[in-house]
Amino acid sequence: MNAENLIALLIAAPLLGAAVLLVGGRRLDGVGHWIGTLLSTTSFVFGVILFADLLGKNPEHRTLMQHLYTWVPVAGFQADVTFRLDQLSMTFVLLITGVGSLIHLYSVGYMEHDERRRRFFGYLNLFLAAMLLLVLADNYLLLYVGWEGVGLASYLLIGFWQHKPSAATAAKKAFIVNRVGDMGLSIAIMLMFATFGTFAFGPVFAHATGASEGKLTAIGLMLLLAACGKSAQVPLQSWLGDAMEGPTPVSALIHAATMVTAGVYLIVRSGAIFNAAPDAQLVVTVVGAVTLLFGAIVGCAKDDIKKALAGSTMSQIGYMILAAGLGPIGYVFAIMHLVTHGFFKAGLFLGAGSVMHGMNDEVDMRKYGGLRTYMPVTFITFGLGYLAIIGFPGLSGFFSKDKIIEAAFAKGGTEGWILGTCALVGAAITAFYMTRVMLMTFFGEKRWQPDEHGHEPHPHESPKVMTIPMIVLAVGSVFAGGFFSIGDRFLHWLEPITGHSEGNSPLSAAAVTGATMVCLIIGVGIAYLQYGRRPVPAVAPRGSLLTRAARRDLLQDDFNHVVLVRGGEHLTRSLVYVDHTLVDGVVNGTAAGFGGLSGRLRKLQNGYARSYAVSMFGGAALLVAATLLMRAV
Amino acid sequence: MNPVYYLYLAALLFTIGATGVLIRRNAIVVFMCIELMLNACNLAFVVFSRMHGNLDGQIIAFFTMVVAAAEVVVGLAIIVSLFRTRHSASVDDASLMKL
Repeated sequence: MNAENLIALLIAAPLLGAAVLLVGGRRLDGVGHWIGTLLSTTSFVFGVILFADLLGKNPEHRTLMQHLYTWVPVAGFQADVTFRLDQLSMTFVLLITGVGSLIHLYSVGYMEHDERRRRFFGYLNLFLAAMLLLVLADNYLLLYVGWEGVGLASYLLIGFWQHKPSAATAAKKAFIVNRVGDMGLSIAIMLMFATFGTFAFGPVFAHATGASEGKLTAIGLMLLLAACGKSAQVPLQSWLGDAMEGPTPVSALIHAATMVTAGVYLIVRSGAIFNAAPDAQLVVTVVGAVTLLFGAIVGCAKDDIKKALAGSTMSQIGYMILAAGLGPIGYVFAIMHLVTHGFFKAGLFLGAGSVMHGMNDEVDMRKYGGLRTYMPVTFITFGLGYLAIIGFPGLSGFFSKDKIIEAAFAKGGTEGWILGTCALVGAAITAFYMTRVMLMTFFGEKRWQPDEHGHEPHPHESPKVMTIPMIVLAVGSVFAGGFFSIGDRFLHWLEPITGHSEGNSPLSAAAVTGATMVCLIIGVGIAYLQYGRRPVPAVAPRGSLLTRAARRDLLQDDFNHVVLVRGGEHLTRSLVYVDHTLVDGVVNGTAAGFGGLSGRLRKLQNGYARSYAVSMFGGAALLVAATLLMRAV
Repeated sequence: MNPVYYLYLAALLFTIGATGVLIRRNAIVVFMCIELMLNACNLAFVVFSRMHGNLDGQIIAFFTMVVAAAEVVVGLAIIVSLFRTRHSASVDDASLMKL
């Protein structure tokens, strides 16, 4: 059996799982979660087989194509269902199915007491299938199907506890904000079709250099809009914080393996277009730099452990988008950071879920404290994830984030300095907020109190089915970065697809690493002084203006409310007004005009035979006069 | 004698008839004025027939007389029935056909 034929099975396995679990009904309640986990793992096994197959090939020939059928066979418009498995998609496949399967396993324990667990696993499988379709598609139209599928699955999962109004609202918010991005993708596809006459990856990338820069910039910006929606980048970031309403494994899945990574994938995949559109690239880097600071600042102020981690995700994805915007200098590192981030962020979220599991679903970190003795496994795995994300030397985040900062400086010129500085400052803030999360959760005095029903939380370690995935992810968080970096393995793996160039950095690699370390120490130090040396107040202090703004997500919702909601209301009101006055005015005015005119004309019908005779004579006279006139002419 | 004078006479008779139709109220008089206009036309037809030397105009004159006779019958019947119902022969009184 050819390896190509396995590609469709990658998607088919979780899709089958989703179908079976969602159609199967209650009789599968007892085994549904195992079916879901099994099929997700099956997909992972196929992924590993294909990976081994690719490794056995020459690096230049590592692209496998599987043509299933022609989806839209119209003359001049051909859309194929074709899958492309190359080094880039392979990386994603392994991340999605690997981390995804671990999250499935974890959910078996986490969702144990939820009576809709089977449905939950169906949605998880659907999520994986959609994401796999997204990364395996060989044309933008098929990618769009996966893109929308991811949007749907995230909607279903964020709103999984739909009986809570906040969850239902959060799901709607995520869906609607994503629609804005989706619109960008659909416009990009239309522009692509108008420019190139096709939207298959191969021809589009081959012709990208020949097209006009204006068009490419437009396509690039629309793709960026799409990426902003899915990857929660400024200005479409507002849904990510609210998405924490979903069950914690969903957050892990969205933040580590699927969904938010889609935007990075889209930009790296469309590298050929961005390389030929420097203006679009510049915007991408600006969006990335702004978001990495934005997310980091939000993460500093949140007391909700999941929302602090959500801010962190936003910030880390900002790093990836920044790297992707740097062009060939950064593509590889964007993906490398994406993979290492997949490990430690999934680990952190699963750890947060484990803490919540032991704390009666309490999410406020001010009510945690001193949990390290109660949950040693969670503490150690979370701690390793923490060290990885802040970039502790030797752990995953150290290698990948350092490379991105280096690449940002290597962009050269003033831009390079600005972007590099942003990335460095981001690293310091990352160290600060993650240390804060760590100290508030696992160190210090215990601060928990009985809830309103008088139940005292009894923090306890989670069952094995939950801790094992956390341990595996922690191992990944520790070793993945080093494994990828030894001998530039990851670079050589991805280089044939994304290309790579060394920029000319004004700073040496050692200087960048040194600066990163200084930032790291500053961030950790400030956090320690603030949260380690002093007891954490159980009620949040009022805080500075910036803190208060950051607690409200830097006023993003207020901004959206004032500008978009109010603006939209004003717009619709003025449009209604224009409709009532102008449009209706013209229509009603015409009608009234004719009404008045006919009212006058009606008076001519006075019933007097003699007046009719006058009009008859008048008419006859006119006819005679006209006839004479025509004859005279 | 110059036939054009007959045409002048026809025009004069037609004008008198038309004016009568427009300004008189008595249905009988209006009716007579219509007859006058018809006969003015007849006269014009005959004169043209004479001037151009063919008989078409005279034949039309006969037709006109036949039609006029029929019209008299119908018209007078209408006027009589109008007078019976409204006790007036004024055309302005019969002004019900209006909004």
